[in-house]
Amino acid sequence: MKLMWFHLMPYTELPEDFRDANPSVWVDIHSSLFDPKRAHLMYNDFMDELEYAAEVGFDAICVNEHHSNGYGLMPSPNLIASSLARRTSDTAICVMGNSLALYNPPTRVAEEFAMIDCISGGRLIAGFPVGTPMDTCYAYGTNPSQLRQRYMEAHDLVIRAWTERDTFAFNGRFNQQRYVNIWPRPVQNPHPPIWVPGGGSVETWRWCAEMNYVYCYLSYYGYKAGRATMDGFWAEMDRLGKDRNPYQAGFLQFVGVAESRQQAFDLYGEAAEYFYGRCLHVDPKWATPPGYTSEGSQRAGIESQVKKAADSAVRGKSTGERFAAVARGMNAIVANGYVIIGSPDEVAEQLREVATQLNVGHLMLLLQYGNMSKELTRYNTKLFAEQVMPKLKDVHASWTDHWWPKPMHASQRAEIPDFMPRLGAE
Amino acid sequence: MNEFETLTVSVNGFPTRIWRKGSGPKLGFLAGYGGLPRWMPFLDELAKARTLIVPSLPGFPGGDRGHSILDTHLDWLLAVRDTLDQAGLSGADLAGSSVGASLAAEVAALWPATVGKLALIAPFGLFDEKNPPTDPWAQRGDAVPGLMCADPEIWKVMKATPEGANSIEWPIEQVRANEAAARIFWPLGNTRIEKRLRLIKSPTLLLWGEQDKIMPRDYAEVFAKGIAGPTTTKIIVGAGHLAEHDKPAEVAQQILAFMG
Repeated sequence: MKLMWFHLMPYTELPEDFRDANPSVWVDIHSSLFDPKRAHLMYNDFMDELEYAAEVGFDAICVNEHHSNGYGLMPSPNLIASSLARRTSDTAICVMGNSLALYNPPTRVAEEFAMIDCISGGRLIAGFPVGTPMDTCYAYGTNPSQLRQRYMEAHDLVIRAWTERDTFAFNGRFNQQRYVNIWPRPVQNPHPPIWVPGGGSVETWRWCAEMNYVYCYLSYYGYKAGRATMDGFWAEMDRLGKDRNPYQAGFLQFVGVAESRQQAFDLYGEAAEYFYGRCLHVDPKWATPPGYTSEGSQRAGIESQVKKAADSAVRGKSTGERFAAVARGMNAIVANGYVIIGSPDEVAEQLREVATQLNVGHLMLLLQYGNMSKELTRYNTKLFAEQVMPKLKDVHASWTDHWWPKPMHASQRAEIPDFMPRLGAE
Repeated sequence: MNEFETLTVSVNGFPTRIWRKGSGPKLGFLAGYGGLPRWMPFLDELAKARTLIVPSLPGFPGGDRGHSILDTHLDWLLAVRDTLDQAGLSGADLAGSSVGASLAAEVAALWPATVGKLALIAPFGLFDEKNPPTDPWAQRGDAVPGLMCADPEIWKVMKATPEGANSIEWPIEQVRANEAAARIFWPLGNTRIEKRLRLIKSPTLLLWGEQDKIMPRDYAEVFAKGIAGPTTTKIIVGAGHLAEHDKPAEVAQQILAFMG
């Protein structure tokens, strides 16, 4: 199976009283809380951490897109990805992803992803999220009633831009472009693998199944809460007569490894509580722009609540609504399975269970979260790579991953000069 | 008691509800934010003196999913024009509230010969940075009733699932109404209607709830100055944004007196 190292890039210095003194970590978080000089250090630490994860052998490093967000400092994940492309050599680069409807014209996504694919020699995984209500409707002002229609149209435009050989005119409902002809073109043929993070709507499951895209469930609530959603995806795949290839799925999981469970509890408690307490503090007024949740998902959500189904806490619920119900103390965080902690053996055992039970071949691991320091992040990452990773390599070994980047052969790739920081004495 | 007729017409292929009650010269009414999920007392008041015709707008209760194919402001205005024609309201006096008032004003601007007198209750369509409208789509659920009506209970009763109604589809229809409003007015409520007000030749009554928490009352002046026809402005004491629900008798009386 594939073990991927994911960074959200949270601002690590939100004040202790953040929850009480501020309405929201997202959309209208106050600028006075942001210190650009501290952010300089954070960005550089975070990029070091991603590069370190590549160095110790993770299969991929992952970045994502958020706007006006105190726990996600990447309005443009492509900027980070292009730098990572130069400072890593064999690791896949997963941009999870670009919210298609926010780019005008969406051709921009085809171009930038093609650039990253060229620079990296074909190592890009292209993520296409719709984006959360906070990012898309509020921070970026996109009409919630048109968001999904715009997303689908932008998707079609990007695919055509990547695959059509001749200049073409795009005559969409929302986008009209007389001359579409991107330079550069992606290295991967016909295009980088497409992964779609979704919240658990039947429409998204069906679409991923039909388009042969990877469906990713990126929740912050761990495997226990994720089970019902992934079961739903596989049930839909079964219904459509598709293979249960675990590599057509991705799942996000927070992890803290240490010598023992107690040590992990003590080491990672502060960072986890920072994340679930401060980072997920979103004003409920940003939760439900009308039209964002499709009527099919609203229907499924109401029905699931009526039946008190296992997934009633997530079905038909928006990101903000899910945040509101989150546990914030380390005991509950661990008990609920939001964060998997323990010794390397214990963590490996739990992740093996997650990967098999959820039938997921791509685990996206958050080994940095909240205000976790660079040292602790490095420790967590190293211990995972050295002592957890080898124990999981055999999981799903009988399946082939058709959704992994196909880079250029190493012998064809550019030689990247080692980065040599100049010493102070020179 | 409520002896109103319900007709169905097709607008862009979507079944669209038309309510009709009363006798006398025709008067149309286009509902405000949230639409009309059920018949309301205000409609009885208007029907006392007129043949009241209440067409549903695309996406609002009774308007099916008609909003889903309307991508531009012109698409919307053509759909409203078509709805009014099919409701038999071409040439009739027209009243509207909130989002419906904005569309009524647009129709009067673009097709002046098709609208008699005009009554607008706190219309959407303007945005003043120094005095912005409240964002109706960024609210905690429990705040909405008090923003729409001075008496929040009125909104709650209007929106509550009636006995025997489909308990799954009813709430979805209410969200759809908010979505339809968003589809026209997201994100600021600014359709630049200000540029078209000079085309409105109809005598126009502007009504504003004294306690409107959505649309700043100062906007009444912008409408009054911009509209080419003669205007009269009245403030409805004790009413909120949807003044017609807070004070049905007073609002109806003002409209009927103005229409003559």
